[in-house]
Amino acid sequence: MTAVAHDDENGIVLTEEQKRRQRKRSVAIALVLAGLMLLFFVLTIVKFGAGNLGLPAQPGVTQQGR
Amino acid sequence: MSLVTQGANLARPGIAQPRIEPSRAEVGDFVALLKPRVMSLVVFTALVGLIVAPGHLHPVLGFVALLCIAVGAGAAGALNMWYDADIDAVMTRTASRPIPAGRVTRGEALGFGMTLAVGSVAVLGLATNWLAAGLLAFTIFFYVAIYTMWLKRSTPQNIVIGGAAGAFPPMIGWAAATGGIGAEAVILFLIIFFWTPPHFWALSLWRADDYARAGVPMLPVVCGRAETRRQILIYSLMLAPLGIAPWLAGYAGALYGAVAIVAGAVIVALALQVMRERELVAAKRLFAFSILYLFMLFAVLLADDRLSHLLGRTV
Repeated sequence: MTAVAHDDENGIVLTEEQKRRQRKRSVAIALVLAGLMLLFFVLTIVKFGAGNLGLPAQPGVTQQGR
Repeated sequence: MSLVTQGANLARPGIAQPRIEPSRAEVGDFVALLKPRVMSLVVFTALVGLIVAPGHLHPVLGFVALLCIAVGAGAAGALNMWYDADIDAVMTRTASRPIPAGRVTRGEALGFGMTLAVGSVAVLGLATNWLAAGLLAFTIFFYVAIYTMWLKRSTPQNIVIGGAAGAFPPMIGWAAATGGIGAEAVILFLIIFFWTPPHFWALSLWRADDYARAGVPMLPVVCGRAETRRQILIYSLMLAPLGIAPWLAGYAGALYGAVAIVAGAVIVALALQVMRERELVAAKRLFAFSILYLFMLFAVLLADDRLSHLLGRTV
């Protein structure tokens, strides 16, 4: 287990190992956020496509007529 | 400004402040919190429920539904590890999990689990329907509050009732595709529900000392190994006909029926062996086959469904 260095001047000073782990966590969070952004984009496109919004069909109104 | 710096500014002279430590967690530790092996079975059974359901779901929405069910199951796993950290630290099987090993704090696991739980339910509701989202929310609640916090520490029937949490995924998949709950989905729920006791009690037969040390009232600890063997056989005898039920009810074809009959006979034979031989190797054999049994039933149900669709289209 890594010890945490601390001094009043600089606050918490991370070791190289802690910095490496923090960097990896940051990259993982960035990737997850990018993935979510793509997911929501595709989801929106698909949901606005025909028949995926779960709305009741309106007789006489075609997709082009809306 | 980082949280750590904010914490340092709040320090008042003369009052001891708890030392704020940076997280020690690796990305892999957060993945471990999701219990990936449990998640894989959840995803598979949910996929089968989603595909064999009569409704049509856009493939992208189907993928999102499965992703949400997987993340929801992972959230339940993380919240389980958050609450059970004390038990996990005592048991050999779980002592190396991220929290007891000191790599992830309980607070991190709680925050991670809650975020994923809320996010997965919300996205599932927006992508498919709110019945499926409600079922996913209930499953997470049932696993964490009913099983983990209450039943696990208080009754030897913990995994019988708690098993419902693991049985919901095919029903959630079904609800995502159809917006309702059909009789076939209920049968799939019952198969997993009655599969859970023989599966976990077979494991607990050779982990009884571990559970006893942690103070978990598993059946072998409270009622002894002989009663556990008897209960395994009873539940296996109920599971075998339930496995055949989709075929008997006309939801699956002859291929599924044949596999379910043979697999059901094998699981009953193995349960009888556990009862007669009293050797741990028999329990290990039953535990291993029970995983194959569930995987096989759902895989053949899926294949049978696709096959009948294919034949139906070509005729």
